[in-house]
Amino acid sequence: MKILVCIKQVPDMESKFKLNPAGTWYSDQDLAWRMNEYDEFAVEQAVQLKEQTGGELVVLSLGPARVREALKKALAMGADRAVHLQDEASHEKDPFAIASAIAAYSREENFDAIFTGMQSQDRGSAQVGLMLAELLGINAVSTIVDFSCDGNSVTVKRELEGGLKAVVKTSLPALFTCQLGLNTPRYPTLPNIMKAKKKEIATPALAAPAALTETLSVAYPEKKGQGLVLEGDAGELADQLLSILKEKTTVLK
Amino acid sequence: MKALLIAESRQGQLLPASYETVAFAQQLGTETSMFLVGSPQSLPQYAGKLYLADAAQAGEYNPAVHKQLLLRVIEQEQPDLIVFCHSSYGWDLAPRVAASLSVAQVSEVVDVVDGDFVVPACNSKLRRTVKPQSSPAVLTLQSGAFNLEAPSGSPQVESLGIDVKNGIEFVAYEAAEKGGVDLSKAEIIVSAGRGVGKPENLEMIQALARALGGEFGASRPVVDAGWTEHNRQVGTTGQTVAPKLYVACGISGAIQHLAGMKKSEFVVAINTDKDAPIGEVADVLVVTDLKQLVPILTEKLQS
Ligand SMILES: Cc1cc2nc3c(=O)[nH]c(=O)nc-3n(C[C@H](O)[C@H](O)[C@H](O)COP(=O)(O)OP(=O)(O)OC[C@H]3O[C@@H](n4cnc5c(N)ncnc54)[C@H](O)[C@@H]3O)c2cc1C
Ligand SMILES: Nc1ncnc2c1ncn2[C@@H]1O[C@H](COP(=O)(O)O)[C@@H](O)[C@H]1O
Repeated sequence: MKILVCIKQVPDMESKFKLNPAGTWYSDQDLAWRMNEYDEFAVEQAVQLKEQTGGELVVLSLGPARVREALKKALAMGADRAVHLQDEASHEKDPFAIASAIAAYSREENFDAIFTGMQSQDRGSAQVGLMLAELLGINAVSTIVDFSCDGNSVTVKRELEGGLKAVVKTSLPALFTCQLGLNTPRYPTLPNIMKAKKKEIATPALAAPAALTETLSVAYPEKKGQGLVLEGDAGELADQLLSILKEKTTVLK
Repeated sequence: MKALLIAESRQGQLLPASYETVAFAQQLGTETSMFLVGSPQSLPQYAGKLYLADAAQAGEYNPAVHKQLLLRVIEQEQPDLIVFCHSSYGWDLAPRVAASLSVAQVSEVVDVVDGDFVVPACNSKLRRTVKPQSSPAVLTLQSGAFNLEAPSGSPQVESLGIDVKNGIEFVAYEAAEKGGVDLSKAEIIVSAGRGVGKPENLEMIQALARALGGEFGASRPVVDAGWTEHNRQVGTTGQTVAPKLYVACGISGAIQHLAGMKKSEFVVAINTDKDAPIGEVADVLVVTDLKQLVPILTEKLQS
């Protein structure tokens, strides 16, 4: 089986975000980068499928030079080779342009199964995976929380609202967007990190259409909350908090 | 300006979130029509044209079938906007429609400013204002962002025949496991998020909950990691709670978590990140390491 997993590198969400000079995205200076959380589940599922069926697992990311770190992590988790679609200004691309660029690369590769995250943590559009499937003309199931493959037939559970799930079946080729909790992503072991260093990272030419959406501006949300912010020594904070609770709520006697 | 509103139905029942698209269109002041794959027995209260495909024939959600039906309606209606809820239905169908038409999609719209769409980024720490460069454009609306006006009226129905049947096969629904605690009845809830760091630290959250005479809850990653059961999870895919006091320990305040607890009367957040979005709904945000504060709080409550 030939498998593709698409990953995005995103900043740690606990970062303090500054804006870029154009005011159209966050500044990429002084940030800690990691693999998009949803994509870790996608990589794990792809590795498990490869372990089950044999074949080849390719990991792909579109972005600037730093995304090689995320690719290396996926290689250390078990991908066989990596594809880096180089783009220093990838934040200017919208999901349609990113999906088109990935489709342009993957069309000739004829993957049997493609995994993506359900959404990226920074942009959060939940579009790239499903658009990619649409552009390739293959089946897709989004938000999966369970996956099993039997020959050419895949059964997955799709998460709906309030704990409800839908069990659905599809034949391959197909694309799956992975939800949190789908599996337990493995930690790369030291020997596997060493082995990953020898794996290929190809850089084919990037072909992408113009973006269909324009970001006019990015800003911090207006603080709606009237909430009190307490800082300081933990012992004093505890006293302050308890006296507020005594005053403002009816639950402390 | 004309908007095609996408209503939702499951197991023959209209989903009330459908009305959020109506509220959005009212705010925008556009003409509308509506699309639904649902049951003629469960029609929306909506005074306009409704394109209806019978779910009894279409079956439960099959993206290929819904997409074909919707593309036909778009061809006929020529809307400027195609408006979905950002729900498991909307976020699945919208990108398929947008990509097959090669048009723009803007996800999780929370506001409209001068005709441009505002969406969150980076776990709601940033807001992005976006302009689609195509017509039509596809939108999904963040759940709860556009308030439901009391809907009224009945639709003029135009029935759609179903001619495609392929793609994905729906097998069955699987309900969440029942039983265990019912957090929706708790007066006090102390919840643990990923900020607790490791499963052993859950004990200190439970101890605080006991000292306050309440229940303990959790955010999704704590449940996904298997540190506690799913019936403790608060949020869109867990329980919706409204206690007198909600204490969020090491929880960032993602929209899916907030949706489950924002009706709480009094919210205390304990978080090392002063900018964590939980601050938006917190009456008190205590900026500190929960591992230090929580045991002291418990001790003081017990003495
Ligand atoms: C369709 C869908 C449905 C979802 N449903 C749910 C749901 O029902 N419920 C839910 O909770 N999530 C849900 N999620 C996931 C949600 O988007 C977030 O990923 C999740 O809520 C994050 O959990 P968290 O706040 O515990 O973790 P994080 O976002 O990782 O936040 C951890 C927080 O802890 C703080 N912290 C770290 N260390 C400390 C310390 N020592 N002391 C104090 N604070 C500390 C950090 O500053 C940070 O703010 C859903 C997501 C999707 C896409
Ligand atoms: N630049 C990218 N390179 C590779 N994959 C991506 C990229 N952007 C998004 N994806 C994939 O598409 C998923 C959904 O992203 P998004 O549509 O941005 O929410 C992510 O979880 C990734 O799997």
